Amino acid sequence: MAEVTLTGVSKSFGDDIGLENLTMTVPDGSFVVLLGPTGAGKTTTLRMVSGLDTPDSGSVSIGGRDMAGMTPAQRDVAMVFQQYSLYPHLTVRENLEFPLKSPVLQTPKDDIKRKVGEVAEVLQISHKLDNKATALSGGEMQRVSIGRALVRDPSVYLMDEPLSSLDAKLRSDLRVELKNIQANSGATLLYVTHDQIEAMTMATHVGVLDNGRLVQFGSPREIYENPVSVYAASRLGQPRINVLPADIFAGAPAGAQTIGLRPEHIIQGDGEDSMVKRVERLGDQTRLHLSFKDRELITVTDAHTQLKHGDIVKIRPENPYYFDAAGARVA
Amino acid sequence: MSFSVTDPTKGTKWFAGIAVVAYAVITIIPLLWIIATGFKSPTDSIAYPPVVVFEPTLEGYVNLFTDRTRATEQMLEEAGPPETWYDEIARSRGTVISGPSRYGERFLNSVIIGFGSTALCMVLGTMAAYAFSRFKVPLKDDLLFFILSTRMMPPIAVAIPIFLMFRNLGLNDTHLGMILLYTAVNLSLSVWLLKGFIDEIPTEYEEAALIDGYTRFQAFYKVVLPQAATGIASTAIFCLIFAWNEYAFAVLLTSGTAQTAPPFIPNIIGVNGKDWPAVAAGATIFLVPVMVFTVLLRKHLLRGITFGAVRK
Repeated sequence: MAEVTLTGVSKSFGDDIGLENLTMTVPDGSFVVLLGPTGAGKTTTLRMVSGLDTPDSGSVSIGGRDMAGMTPAQRDVAMVFQQYSLYPHLTVRENLEFPLKSPVLQTPKDDIKRKVGEVAEVLQISHKLDNKATALSGGEMQRVSIGRALVRDPSVYLMDEPLSSLDAKLRSDLRVELKNIQANSGATLLYVTHDQIEAMTMATHVGVLDNGRLVQFGSPREIYENPVSVYAASRLGQPRINVLPADIFAGAPAGAQTIGLRPEHIIQGDGEDSMVKRVERLGDQTRLHLSFKDRELITVTDAHTQLKHGDIVKIRPENPYYFDAAGARVA
Repeated sequence: MSFSVTDPTKGTKWFAGIAVVAYAVITIIPLLWIIATGFKSPTDSIAYPPVVVFEPTLEGYVNLFTDRTRATEQMLEEAGPPETWYDEIARSRGTVISGPSRYGERFLNSVIIGFGSTALCMVLGTMAAYAFSRFKVPLKDDLLFFILSTRMMPPIAVAIPIFLMFRNLGLNDTHLGMILLYTAVNLSLSVWLLKGFIDEIPTEYEEAALIDGYTRFQAFYKVVLPQAATGIASTAIFCLIFAWNEYAFAVLLTSGTAQTAPPFIPNIIGVNGKDWPAVAAGATIFLVPVMVFTVLLRKHLLRGITFGAVRK
């Protein structure tokens, strides 16, 4: 396991900027989740670390060694692709053995057998080992694909939305499993996702990317509770943070253009009137869509609320975020 | 009643069936006629109206594989009773076998040159196609067009320069020369066909292999090639058929050691009058390797092994 450092990494694809002066340290043994919309540079970052792409400028080092000029094989990284990319001409077992049999590792036969068995057990694919890779369901393929990374013991695991194609139950099982594996083995993991539950539950650190730049890096709680910008604030939170003009409530600080209200920043039963537009019952919680001074906002209320369309609820903000015209946090 | 827009109707199915059968019959009749002629006697082979039911004989095959001389009654008596069945067939026509013909040798030349050039063409073709498909090659499109343009005229149009080149290089009438020539002619087709097949293989597989600890060449060999098997098989069949059937260059550039079967078969006609059964026998045997090769590779032609393992 090793620390991964990116220093001033830039990469462009023609006129498109992939990464712009990205500097980030993935501490040894950490689970770093990269967040950001499509095109923010998450996958590009993984490819820079893996060596599948090389930076236009800047440097990548793994375990203190500069990776310039190193092939992916020499870097000792394992990667799970967003598209599962199992070798279709091989069986599941051969797919899992493939990295172990590489000229770099040349694992002894007994070790291969043991490791493949262990990983298949963890990922619940033992009964499918002798199937052709193409004869699996999507979820099974993705598990094999994760397994192909887990059989190894690399410096760093890179995962590109590995759970996105799985159904909800399997996703939550594997989320727990991946976190366990990482916590027990002390592996360093760089993980890309759109899913905020994955980010919040698994990450030790979250990096928020915006247009190829790292805008905030910290623990998930830190990103959630202390976002540096309206952009970073919008990455986490379910339902999403409400962003409204700052003067909609009294007491905005100077320079504030917008106010950011997470559901828990909205105190109900006190303050100004708002009207209930829609009530969404999710079981464990109920979401309220409110209309406040012609603006829409969403908050969460008691699961057994009696509120219905047209009711009036008083609301007031508590400890909200204020952002300036450029979206940067002012208070 | 169940109804589906995409399922063919009964009438369409019948029409398609009849069309396929008709096409198959039309294609296969000349082939069957050649095979039948190989087993006919010379009289039956030129009978008019043509005979469909006849007494089969191996005379055509004996004539194909042997050289014979016309013998007088006295010579036949001196030679004693025929020792083998093919001796007997030759004697019945008043000839004695003076030795084996050169068909076997020519056939072997065809095998060496046909399969040799196909193999070389596949090795060079897959590597070139892979490079064109995956790497940033300067002037890629121009190069590809240039490669294709070598097929825009019939190869025989450059026969004279090739003849002179071969003479100066000492490649005339050599196996190596013919293998190089057929490879050069087939390479453009194989690069284009194979590039299409390799383009279809997602690059994720190689990237996964690179990360799994393999070099670029190992990834090509272990991951790309098996998935390109379908394309390689069909391209190989095209190349083999061209090299196997090629006639004009074979006539021009070979005479003794490296002559292939196609220029030899028409020679049979001149030896002892028009010996159609022997010609037909030669053609029949000549068909076998390509048929076997195609049947062996058939499962690769039909199997699309890359489908379904990458989520699109």
